[in-house]
Amino acid sequence: MKVTNVSDAEYFHKVVDCQYACPAHTPVPEYIRLIAAQRYTDAYMINWESNVFPGVLGRTCDRPCEPACRRGRVEDEPVAICRLKRVAADNKGDISALMPIIPKKKNGKRIALIGAGPAALTVARDLMPLGYSVDLYDDQRAGGGFMRSQIPAFRLPESVLNEEVDRILDMGVLTHFNHYVDSLKAVLDKDYDAVFVGSGAPRGRDLDIPGRQAAAANIHIGIDWLSSVAFEHIETIGKRVIVLGGGNTAMDCCRTARRLGGDEVKVVVRSPFAEMKASPWEKEDAQHEGIPILDNHVPKEFVLEDGRLVAMAFDEVEAVYDAAGRRNLVSTGQAPVIVPCDDVLIAIGQENSFPWIERTIDIEFGKWDMPVVDEVTFQSSNPKVFFGGDAAFGPQNVITAVAHGHQAAISIDLFCQGESVTKRPPPGVTLVSQKMGIHEWSYDSEVAADVRYHVPQAELEKSLSNRKLEVELGFDAATAFHEAQRCLNCDAQTVFTEKLCIECDACVDICPTDCLSIVVNDVDEAELRHKLKMPAKNTEQAIYVSADLATGRAMIKDEDMCLHCGLCAERCPTAAWDMQKFYYTVSKAGQGV
Amino acid sequence: MSYIRPVFRHPDLPRNALGFTRKDYEGAISTLCAGCGHDSISAAIVQACFELALPPHKVAKLSGIGCSSKTPTYFLGNSHGFNSVHGRMPSVATGANLANRELIYIGVSGDGDTASIGMGQFTHVVRRNLNMMYVVENNGCYGLTKGQDSATADIGSASKKGEPNHFEPIDLASVALQLGATFVARSFSGDRAQLVPLIKAAISHRGFAFIDVISPCVTFNNNPKSTKGYEHVREHLAATGTVDFVPFKEEISTEYEQGESKEVALHDGSVVHLHKADPELDITSRRSALRLIKDYKAKDQILTGLLYMDENSQDLHEILGTSKTPLRDLAAAELCPGQKVLDKLNESWR
Repeated sequence: MKVTNVSDAEYFHKVVDCQYACPAHTPVPEYIRLIAAQRYTDAYMINWESNVFPGVLGRTCDRPCEPACRRGRVEDEPVAICRLKRVAADNKGDISALMPIIPKKKNGKRIALIGAGPAALTVARDLMPLGYSVDLYDDQRAGGGFMRSQIPAFRLPESVLNEEVDRILDMGVLTHFNHYVDSLKAVLDKDYDAVFVGSGAPRGRDLDIPGRQAAAANIHIGIDWLSSVAFEHIETIGKRVIVLGGGNTAMDCCRTARRLGGDEVKVVVRSPFAEMKASPWEKEDAQHEGIPILDNHVPKEFVLEDGRLVAMAFDEVEAVYDAAGRRNLVSTGQAPVIVPCDDVLIAIGQENSFPWIERTIDIEFGKWDMPVVDEVTFQSSNPKVFFGGDAAFGPQNVITAVAHGHQAAISIDLFCQGESVTKRPPPGVTLVSQKMGIHEWSYDSEVAADVRYHVPQAELEKSLSNRKLEVELGFDAATAFHEAQRCLNCDAQTVFTEKLCIECDACVDICPTDCLSIVVNDVDEAELRHKLKMPAKNTEQAIYVSADLATGRAMIKDEDMCLHCGLCAERCPTAAWDMQKFYYTVSKAGQGV
Repeated sequence: MSYIRPVFRHPDLPRNALGFTRKDYEGAISTLCAGCGHDSISAAIVQACFELALPPHKVAKLSGIGCSSKTPTYFLGNSHGFNSVHGRMPSVATGANLANRELIYIGVSGDGDTASIGMGQFTHVVRRNLNMMYVVENNGCYGLTKGQDSATADIGSASKKGEPNHFEPIDLASVALQLGATFVARSFSGDRAQLVPLIKAAISHRGFAFIDVISPCVTFNNNPKSTKGYEHVREHLAATGTVDFVPFKEEISTEYEQGESKEVALHDGSVVHLHKADPELDITSRRSALRLIKDYKAKDQILTGLLYMDENSQDLHEILGTSKTPLRDLAAAELCPGQKVLDKLNESWR
């Protein structure tokens, strides 16, 4: 196999599984160490630079980092990365002095942002310090987009959202709230230098089955209903509620219904429980609040009595998989299952909708009537118009929207400065030895054996009676420290220098997880992976291959199971192995090439 | 920090016939210098015991004093251990073995512990063909007292201090061969593929199994002028051949070329298979082994691998005709049958 090129920043980046999995590539291990050191403000600022909404994300993130976490490969559960982030947000000090300075003298470029969700706010955050004038348009009465209208207050207190949204607006963004943009052409006609569309995926999918029209008064589209609750247009719901759908919106709907008077709330989902789209922890939280989840039930019709909704009929199905693994829901042939109800919430997905974008302004629309957007630059076929967040490629999540916002801001800046938007600035990378002395590293290399700590929750009875009472209480400082110590410090990279190695096997012998082997290299990767001390079966994880050593063999490291404990480097008599901290930051608007 | 070893191991670690993984054969974390050859030998012993599926509680580790003699702490943490007086491990091993013949005895010593202070003890345990494996971790210097030349240092070899050694070295493998050891091998700590099967064969051999393992001292004797440093040993290494140890329960699956291989059966039905690199070698002949050691030394090469093995080895218990039941299992009445029996015995000699 070819010798691994560790000077390619992406090699070590991929080793930091959490950071690599994060759409915004937040330097997770670095801020976790800062939390352990009770340096909450510093931890918060690393997050704020990278993901803009640490307080929001520390409560509501989809956490793609956690399934990726290395810890989950060596034991049962990953580090509670998301909830540690919240600890930084909850305990930080005054950060006003750390905010970027907004130039009084503007650079003369005017940008319009359509939508005030996480993507557009990120663009504003990145462009304001560069001297841009930013106009923000949104039909809601305050900023935050879906973070405000869709995420219930018992998961995300309004004060937390306001703080992080206002921090951006206070940079001098000119806001136009309660302003529905009904024509992109009209916006373009105002001579903006660039326009960013971050209008989300605002349309909830409907369910067209018998009885839908007749029972319309008691059937609600999930996201619209959540929004009405958030803006206090709706305060009650019937006693018996059915929530249709298996995603996170369904979980928010059922838990909100429980707080608005729904005593018997049930989630009914077509797919098997294990295949539901909702995050496992959200399903757990719903079940904890006494909400049963009926899986394998396909809605058949709304049942009415005297013109009023009284129940729903479902067809019980079984998931059958064909040879290609495709799922088919096959009816069991039993009589329909009748579930009595007073109200139904439909949370079976959401869609994009651009009735307000004229098809005459050079914006090309492609499949599913979605605008054609470049995946790297976020530019549309009209060079002045950029898309991001759910508006770009369909519904995703907050952290993805933030990542889009950063990249779109880079493009907008390049575009406004007359540069090519494809000339992307490189990421910031540093690699520094952590050696302080014999057996001493500047990171805490000891691997804690603790299992994942649970976040305490408010009393069930109390939280069910108050829609705004936050359910999760967050870790206290002591628990946060112990949870932070579970982090394996994957950014403390094992860096190997061939010419120093005397092939004494000390590293191979000491490695607790048998990651290291000194074997003859092989042209075939599969063959090489197989002949290691422990075969490297997880092909999603790289193997490091050194140049040939004195005996003609090579040092091979399977990155999969490495605990980053530093023992290889400690037992190395010649310092051929060293632990070096790898710090990777995504490129930013205005940083230059 | 290196005195803290994480609890996690690779989740797919293989299990042996007893259901144990390598972890079950580990010991405490080593406190020897980083890169010490001795740690490699400990790891080889762990691997061999794991592969042999030895019940850890059926093994006793014995040692004297020195860096080498510290190592039994670093392997087989669930086995019995005795860290004895300097150079006196053979006496303790003899006593233990006579009291309980059912344990597997692993003795670990060094060149100082064996070739200097313990030389007298060593020669007699060889002569008696005590059933044990005796490993010398041979680094040619006294590492624990700052690297003075030991009795196995070659003439002209210089340690870190730079002063060449003037005295004739003791070749422990040759000494063992001359004194009647029934299994003699030499190996190198940096050659795991050779060392593990040798240890497995040595443990399975009935009688005194001696392995002289060259084990570089990275701190005091791993410099260019030393003949026991990693570089020198690797450059001057020659092997009698490759050894396969085939346990009794497994069939021999490897095909060997005629005339170049030799099989030696062990008392328990296991087979040691030597794939010979030098057709001159006859591993059932002491003279052949002694001559080859000298011949290779004359060529400035270090001959490693299995050197000699006696298929018909009779260990100390067999020679003495001791009780098949371990002494420790005999009750007072059996060990001390009383005046009547003594009188009868004395009578028989009148």
